[in-house]
Amino acid sequence: MTIENEMKLSFPSKSRNEAFARAAVSAFIMSLDPTVEELSDLKTAVSEAVTNCIVHGYRHGGGTIYITARILEGRRVSVKIRDKGCGIEDVPRAMQPLFTTAPEEERAGLGFAVMQSFCDKVRVTSAPGKGTSVTLEKTLSA
Amino acid sequence: MLQTDYRDHVLTAYIDGEIDHDAAVRLRTTIDGAAQSLKPRLLCLDFGRVRFMDSSGVGLVMGRYRQMKLMGGRLRVVNVPDHVYRIFAMSGLEALGVLR
Repeated sequence: MTIENEMKLSFPSKSRNEAFARAAVSAFIMSLDPTVEELSDLKTAVSEAVTNCIVHGYRHGGGTIYITARILEGRRVSVKIRDKGCGIEDVPRAMQPLFTTAPEEERAGLGFAVMQSFCDKVRVTSAPGKGTSVTLEKTLSA
Repeated sequence: MLQTDYRDHVLTAYIDGEIDHDAAVRLRTTIDGAAQSLKPRLLCLDFGRVRFMDSSGVGLVMGRYRQMKLMGGRLRVVNVPDHVYRIFAMSGLEALGVLR
């Protein structure tokens, strides 16, 4: 796996940074000249993952969100979004569409479903009390 | 970000820009405030100028649907762009019969 380019970001878990995070990732992959739809897919998936860090990972208090975005060989884009928040007890359950632990905040429970639908691959690793890491992968068209 | 218009018992909210979790919280407060004071028979959410939306938009629509039901009114969602529709379709929102 050759890394052709890489960028790292860290920022506080404030909801106003959701727009910043997706704009930064979208600016980073611009060199690959993605289609409007590919760009929109990635922006949406990043927005979902960052929102999860804020609404769930750091629901007991603020923390830092870390993003590592990479451009890999063959127009593959990988974006890792990580928090050091409360973690997820049951990852497969959390990934079920319409499952949410925050209905009173009007969360639809679709975050992971959207990420999976808009990316080729979504990897989630989590440890209760330690945090969650979500890696999104998408190969852009030639 | 949001313009509202009220006539003939219809409250129309023209949403402009990006809908994410951050924006949804503000939109919800403004729309609910207007709906509670005007008590419209129909709340119409116009998505025509929405450039970006993540699943927070689904929560926004479902929440307003419940609010309007509680107030004895109806909800309608109009001018939905394709990129927004994809997310609505995943949510089962179509079954509510509010999308136009």
